[in-house]
Amino acid sequence: MKRNVLLIAILLIIACALPFVVSNYRTFQLTLVMVYATALLGLNILTGYNGQISLGHGAFYALGAYCAAILMDQAGAPYWATVPVAAAVCLVAGFLFGLPALRLEGLYLALATFALGVAMPQLLKYDHLAKWTGGVQGIVIAKPEAPFGLPLNADQWLYFFTLAITVAMFVLAWNLLRGRIGRALVAIRDQHIAAEAMGIDSALYKSAAFGVSAMYTGVAGALSAIAIQYVAPDSFNIFVSIVFLVGIVVGGLASISGALYGALFIQFVPNLADEISKAAPWAIFGVFMIGFVYLMPTGVAGAIRLLLAKRRSSP
Amino acid sequence: MDVVLHQVLAGLATGGIYASLALALVMIYQATHLVNFAQGEIAMFTTYIAWSLVNAGVPYWPAFGITVAVAFALGILIERVVIRPVENAPVLAVVVVFIALLVILNSVAGWIYTYTIKSFPSPFPKEPLFGIRYMSPHELGAIGVTLLVLAALYAFFRFTPLGLAMRAAAQNPQSSRLVGIRVGWMLALGWGLAAAVGAVAGMMVAPIVYLDPNMMGGILLYAFAAALVGGIDSPMGAVIGGFAVGVLENLLGAFVIGNELKLTVALALIIGVLLVRPSGFFGKVHVTRV
Amino acid sequence: MKAKLATLAAMAALAASPAHGQKKYDPGASDSEIKVGNTNPYSGPASAYGTIGKTIAAYFKMVNEQGGINGRKVNFITYDDGYSPPKTVEMARKLVEQDKVLLIFQPLGTPPNSAIHKYMNAKKVPHLFVATGATKWDDPKNFPWTMGWQPNYQTEAKIYAQYIMKEKPNAKIGVLYQNDDYGKDYLKGFHDGLGAKKSMIVKEVSYEVSDPTVDSQIVQLQASGADVFFNVTTPKFAAQAIRKAYDIGWKPMHFLNNVSTSVATVLTPAGLEKSVGLISTAYIKDPTDKQWANDAAIEKWRVFMKKYYPDGSLTDNSNVYGYTVAITLHQVLRQCGDNLTRENVMRQAASMKGWRPETLLPGITITTSADDFAPVESVQLERFNGKQWELFGSVLGK
Repeated sequence: MKRNVLLIAILLIIACALPFVVSNYRTFQLTLVMVYATALLGLNILTGYNGQISLGHGAFYALGAYCAAILMDQAGAPYWATVPVAAAVCLVAGFLFGLPALRLEGLYLALATFALGVAMPQLLKYDHLAKWTGGVQGIVIAKPEAPFGLPLNADQWLYFFTLAITVAMFVLAWNLLRGRIGRALVAIRDQHIAAEAMGIDSALYKSAAFGVSAMYTGVAGALSAIAIQYVAPDSFNIFVSIVFLVGIVVGGLASISGALYGALFIQFVPNLADEISKAAPWAIFGVFMIGFVYLMPTGVAGAIRLLLAKRRSSP
Repeated sequence: MDVVLHQVLAGLATGGIYASLALALVMIYQATHLVNFAQGEIAMFTTYIAWSLVNAGVPYWPAFGITVAVAFALGILIERVVIRPVENAPVLAVVVVFIALLVILNSVAGWIYTYTIKSFPSPFPKEPLFGIRYMSPHELGAIGVTLLVLAALYAFFRFTPLGLAMRAAAQNPQSSRLVGIRVGWMLALGWGLAAAVGAVAGMMVAPIVYLDPNMMGGILLYAFAAALVGGIDSPMGAVIGGFAVGVLENLLGAFVIGNELKLTVALALIIGVLLVRPSGFFGKVHVTRV
Repeated sequence: MKAKLATLAAMAALAASPAHGQKKYDPGASDSEIKVGNTNPYSGPASAYGTIGKTIAAYFKMVNEQGGINGRKVNFITYDDGYSPPKTVEMARKLVEQDKVLLIFQPLGTPPNSAIHKYMNAKKVPHLFVATGATKWDDPKNFPWTMGWQPNYQTEAKIYAQYIMKEKPNAKIGVLYQNDDYGKDYLKGFHDGLGAKKSMIVKEVSYEVSDPTVDSQIVQLQASGADVFFNVTTPKFAAQAIRKAYDIGWKPMHFLNNVSTSVATVLTPAGLEKSVGLISTAYIKDPTDKQWANDAAIEKWRVFMKKYYPDGSLTDNSNVYGYTVAITLHQVLRQCGDNLTRENVMRQAASMKGWRPETLLPGITITTSADDFAPVESVQLERFNGKQWELFGSVLGK
């Protein structure tokens, strides 16, 4: 326990130092890693801990991003105010989607979420909503500058803003998941009949899990819109949802640190694949995916856990 | 009234496309209890193999036969080499392997064959049959082939010992081993058959939609929906589901909601159906014992 | 005296050609190389267009083997963005901030380019010859670092609108368009071109790239009674639309957008006999059209493809497009001489006066100026006669 706290403290110190040591471009990439980590944490709460498979979390990511973009573009809202609004909107949206989803299991839920992920870009392009969503042209957002004349450039400020929110979200998740709620979620995933028999209100927990999970991914979406300064339907196609799923599996299901490993994977491995081969870059990405899953079927987090357990048990 | 009929006919034609791939999905599900997201890409890839054969001068039916055999072998190979190592991994890990397969096959097909569309020959006559202009002879023929494959699959699973063994292996691997069924080979066989069914689907679909690496992407979504709505463990349900989805999609787009939201509304309706009948229309309701 | 005259003459010579002798470099340029950046969709839903990036890379490989540009090798750095705007932003930043390229050339797609539009202009890096037909790249007052290249979609659509109003003023028009920026841009141009006569349109139907076929849409259009068809589809769907219209006995006056006019990859799969009467516009030679079969420029292109890009298709007109844009950049960089500053790159790009690469149709030239950031603006109408496209009328546009 103490060692964990020490490790996290060191990680945080490194994280705070990085923007002053690396280029603006790398800072931007690291900001994206944090955004993905938050998104993946959201998906992990639902799919990893609670066993409800979602192939459409890109839809909540898009919802959060567009919330932020529309508020900034149409209502002139300051960028930091858009994050709690996106969180609230996605929490409600997720919960509402989770209610009918209660009746669906496994494959059927997968299809329903897949449908959501596929339908979202179509909704975003819809002419009658184009007044707000910008339609196919998307919305361009202004880049936030550091406040109070702090000696930080825009990229560094955005990095710290994202870092603060990401840390807060991770702490919140850690609190939620290590206690009763986390155990209830896992119980519902593994033995839902027994869980019900023990008095866990399965329906409430499952819908709530959907809501919270959507909220996390929505916050990530809002942060991504601010970092990239542009939203368009093409940014949120079904591949986003699929890549998120790949991310949590490679990172490690039902694991908080897994979200971070997964985020590193989905941010950097496609770039690596591109360097290796222009002829068929996604084929290389696919090979990496298979490689990771073969070597570490329980994800990077799972493999690390196994490694630590082995060390502990060997004299 | 004419207009509605035309849309229904066009819908049945597209529905035939969905039905044929849905059959392959059901096939793989019955054999492995998994839905293989890469099924469409395997079908597309084997269709390219057929195209290469035809281009090299092989006549249609021999090329068809060779392709089905190659697809069968490819399916077994994929199961033994790619899927076997993750047999005991969590289900989602296997899903990621499927996604990886999808991405690899798509990318490699694009690299080898480029993205320009290719014509694929049809074994059926060219002139409109019975004066029906809204469904080409090939579309009619393709539906016929799908129904044939359906009948063959139904007979195989229902009446042959091998089919029974496969279903047993998927449903209850441990008990099956106890009665002497080689579960590993049943899985491989299932994959081989699914790939073969997929190849037939691809070769029937390609003349209609033209052959290119992204041919099966959109079809997979609707086929998946059709298979679930029909009942994922019922081949007949998958086929009926396919036709239903095709007609529904066309009628919605033409008369109800317009094409801009067609996809959204069609999917919403499908999910609505699933909420009412969670196992699909013809699926078996699963009862989990405590 | 003679020495003084000689010195004066030398000074005069130097002053007359300021480019030579004075080497000026911005990041990305040096005595030995010019770094050119690019993003293209090598993966994802638009990966069909990735062949353009590969053609350009092959072209500059050839240029380097032939000695480079003014003695400098071109280092063409291209990254995959999967047609995803967030990735385009990341890759553009990598090119500008990490690889330190001199300019970014031909990034592909309207959403990807929209995502980096502001950034490129804020960083004052040339955002040159972008690969999209959208209209917004010709705006030198607000975005002086961005320039398009190809004739824009709205201009093309207006030409069809004008043709219809002239030849068939009582027409009932049906439109099929892809539900994305490309389709909607054409639609807007068409609406604008018809102006008050917009009511001539009796039906507009869209389709998604994920739709398997557009057969249902064609049936809808026929049912609407339209006798003119404006077909805004990409190659696969264009072939389906042409074939289906013929099969169901619908014979409208059929306008096909310029993106899908390839004889080998669209009309032949659709059926050459089913494509008779199609009207479109063109600005580039189609390598599969018989009339250019022995054309010197196309032959040169074929030789280039066979040697430097053997994996590339000889029937894909994207590859002629990529070749032609690359030649254009080659010309611009050549004109820069030793003054390889970003400002000079833009200046040279904005002072092309009637220059033409030979793969463009006869009569079509590239002209730019300080307030004209649209290099290729002219097109010519053409009609398909069952064997090849027959150009007719005069060269339209500027």
